[in-house]
Amino acid sequence: AVDPSDKKALNIVMRQKLFAVATSRDVAAFEELFRYYGPRVRAYMAKLSRDGQLAEELMQETMVAVWNKAAQYSPDKGNVSTWIFTIARNQRIDHWRKTNRPDFDPNDPAFVPAEIRPADAAFDMNEDADRLHRAMQTLPPEQLELLKLSFFEEASHSTISEKLGLPLGTVKSRIRLAFAKLRTALEDRS
Amino acid sequence: MSIVHHLDEDILLDHAAGTLAEGFSLAVATHLAVCPECRERYAMIEGAGGELLDTIEPAAGGDAGWQAVKARISNAPLPTAKPARRGASGGSAPVLPEPLRSYVGSDVDAIRWKPMPGAAQFIIPIRDGRAVARLLRIPAGKPVPEHTHRGMEMTLVLSGAFADEDGTFTRGDIEIADGSLTHQPVATNDADCICLAVTEAPLKFKSWIVRLFQPMLGI
Ligand SMILES: [Zn+2]
Ligand SMILES: [Zn+2]
Repeated sequence: AVDPSDKKALNIVMRQKLFAVATSRDVAAFEELFRYYGPRVRAYMAKLSRDGQLAEELMQETMVAVWNKAAQYSPDKGNVSTWIFTIARNQRIDHWRKTNRPDFDPNDPAFVPAEIRPADAAFDMNEDADRLHRAMQTLPPEQLELLKLSFFEEASHSTISEKLGLPLGTVKSRIRLAFAKLRTALEDRS
Repeated sequence: MSIVHHLDEDILLDHAAGTLAEGFSLAVATHLAVCPECRERYAMIEGAGGELLDTIEPAAGGDAGWQAVKARISNAPLPTAKPARRGASGGSAPVLPEPLRSYVGSDVDAIRWKPMPGAAQFIIPIRDGRAVARLLRIPAGKPVPEHTHRGMEMTLVLSGAFADEDGTFTRGDIEIADGSLTHQPVATNDADCICLAVTEAPLKFKSWIVRLFQPMLGI
């Protein structure tokens, strides 16, 4: 088993497992992904509802989608945790709002690509994930709290401002501060 | 021309977290399709979501969950390939990027515009109903009546340009307005301006004549 606190190793192993699922429908590799991400996705689903059975169902839907869509994963979608987070989030939107989540399509002829990234982009990405992980641990608690409320409880800025008794402008500026800090950490490639 | 009016982190966060109403998410995703700069910041924000999923306190659930999923994936047929996208018919890139083009059902040349005084509009079907999304076609050199807002308004330019109190907006530029802004967007003289406008509440027009006709326009 991988040590979850070693992010770089975790990212690399999880990408290998996902690659094995995509290319050879490797059930053993998928089981390892499931043992790691299943309980996390279940916890994420439970943040929005006290209904344990529902959280279980949404987790299972998410993991089946991971199996089905494994071939669509590519490193430019972020690390495996980020990719699975987006699938889980879309399951939540689908269930709670009965609606789709509009997303851009990199294969669309109207899509505007970025400048070509350096050849070691995949290596950079492991580095970036690791740097992001460490940067998030240095966020002040009140900034981290805002991110958790947004990502886990889908609280709107006005809900957050009521909940924390803060003016709306403060909520927004705190969010911008948090990401400015993360961005500085990512740009600081020493 | 490159984009000068971008999205702030708080809006990108709402889109990444899934909080934003579908209509606003449509505007955000369409801006992201044409703006590598915001996409890079957005990737970091989704990365923060992945990081939070990684560090969440796991909720163990026994072995039944794995057994159920294992049974489902062993019996599932191989996923079928995605159907081909409605692409551009000619060689040139479409005016409406995805996901907007699919929501509208066609590119701009096949839209059935509904006339309204001084402009034309097309209401885009949005399933969640929390915000109204429409394409507006403002004739070259013509204004949209001066108004303020009862909630958030997002305007994304797709072709042509408009100018208002906040500057000039060309293809890809996005303007976020709320009750603190009163503006009168005017299409520039060179071409009609086609834009995606998303509102969560009816606009507040200054002119009583416009207010009189407002219920008929649905704006
Ligand atoms: Zn942008
Ligand atoms: Zn307006």
